[in-house]
Amino acid sequence: MIIQVPNPILEVHNLTVSYHRKPVLWDIDLTIPSGSLVGIIGPNGAGKSTLIKSIMGLLPTQSGFVKIFDKELDQVRDRVSYVPQRESVDWDFPASALEVVLMGRYGKVGLFRRVRDSDRQIALECLRKVGLEAFQNRQISQLSGGQQQRVFLARALAQKADLYFMDEPFVGVDAATETAIIEILRQMRQEGKTVLVVHHDLQSAAQYFDWIILLNMRLVASAPTEKAFTAELLQATYGGKLTLLAEISDLVSKGDYPLREKRGV
Amino acid sequence: MDAFWTILAASLTAVSCGLLGCYLVLRKMAMVGDAISHSILPGIFFAFWLSGGRNTLAMLIGAGLLGLLTTFLIEFFHKKAQIQSDAVIGITFTSLFALGVVLITAFAEQVDLDQDCVLYGEIAYVPLDLWLSESGLNLGPRVVWIMGSILVLIVLGIGIAYKELFLTTFDPPFAAALGFSVTLWHYVLMGAVSLTTVAAFESVGAILVVALMIVPPATAYLLTFDFRRMLFLSAFIGVMVSFSGYYLAKWLDGSIAGAMATMSGLFFVLAMLFSPIRGVLPIFKPKE
Repeated sequence: MIIQVPNPILEVHNLTVSYHRKPVLWDIDLTIPSGSLVGIIGPNGAGKSTLIKSIMGLLPTQSGFVKIFDKELDQVRDRVSYVPQRESVDWDFPASALEVVLMGRYGKVGLFRRVRDSDRQIALECLRKVGLEAFQNRQISQLSGGQQQRVFLARALAQKADLYFMDEPFVGVDAATETAIIEILRQMRQEGKTVLVVHHDLQSAAQYFDWIILLNMRLVASAPTEKAFTAELLQATYGGKLTLLAEISDLVSKGDYPLREKRGV
Repeated sequence: MDAFWTILAASLTAVSCGLLGCYLVLRKMAMVGDAISHSILPGIFFAFWLSGGRNTLAMLIGAGLLGLLTTFLIEFFHKKAQIQSDAVIGITFTSLFALGVVLITAFAEQVDLDQDCVLYGEIAYVPLDLWLSESGLNLGPRVVWIMGSILVLIVLGIGIAYKELFLTTFDPPFAAALGFSVTLWHYVLMGAVSLTTVAAFESVGAILVVALMIVPPATAYLLTFDFRRMLFLSAFIGVMVSFSGYYLAKWLDGSIAGAMATMSGLFFVLAMLFSPIRGVLPIFKPKE
């Protein structure tokens, strides 16, 4: 079930990525419609993070190309935002929450220039959106895991981009932060932004996303949630992981998850 | 007057090393700084040999190139041979350092270069090595001029590219996604480390320069949560190390460079024990 859309905001064509001569992603071909909240789902080692890193040009690819807004990445970099995994940086770094969020403005400020007052205002406003304005001067190691993740989200918001890639934003965060983040993601979708999220929790995936990419080295599905989230396709993605599969088929047979919420309701 | 010039030369060296060291420590590349300081030895030899004497510019270029070569080789072996980076650092710098030792000892007669001086430096001679203008005007010690210029370059560089260095140090993938060249800034920093090391080797030697590059920044790291303050603090600690090291050496009648490194170690232990924010002993910790 791979649905290609007309006028996609993101087009990945023939993408193959390997690591130490072993393929991690094989011949990925997908298109994403504008204004959707997309979940990238698959088992560990399926290449989910690799997919967004190679779209962002952070990894060498063996073949294929990526088009964003029908252009090369370099031409539209200021409209694209990338949120790395939280564990990818050293949170003991001597920096405050505000300084990290300000980094989201660096691309707009340009080489060798200093951040302006207007950038500071934007950064503060983004910290407010994620509920951390009281923590702006707090050193980042003094924040909880959930607060650190929200700082990363605020930094992405500060970029004022149109397309966002987020690598596992729900890992290691408390329930309150998870709710807060998904609220912000929905609000972003309402503003017409497109967000792709690497996610590994199947239970919440169906609630959160309106478009699902199922990935296990190969692309299994790229379709609206109700079409992609079937027992068959999930089995094709997760293979022999039986206990998990049983849970899923249970879930699916009971219809125990809400289908996509209607947009704009 | 000798004391003044020696402490000034030492302070200029310590501040330059400390500022660059802040980036090395936060990038977890302290050992790369160590590697560069050792592997520039063949570069110093070739510069001596080709220029027929202690030509400062030739030495800076020769050692700077060797420093960048070291950085490149470490990356190259790590990626292509798939050996762990710490092992690669060990292989690269010991080989180049050994090559330098062999060259210096084998051609010792042709080259006026003392092995001890390269390794340990001789800061006590700084006031004797004067820069005289053509008309015979005494402009002060040569080392002070060299280290002063290096320090000005470093301060200017950090002032201009503060944001770029901060970003690529904290979060390289995010920096790359924004379109900043992580590799370029890596090599710019390594080039600066190479230049500073070779400029400093005359005064404090190739081994102790590592102490000045790593210990004051690590001490500053323990004392603050703010990166700007960390830069200022490591510069300040560098000056303290120079003062106290000089007088410790006078008192003991020992090596000044050695005393400086010893003092930096002492400051580090004090910070580790008593730092209000990251100290082991919570004596000065603010009450919650």
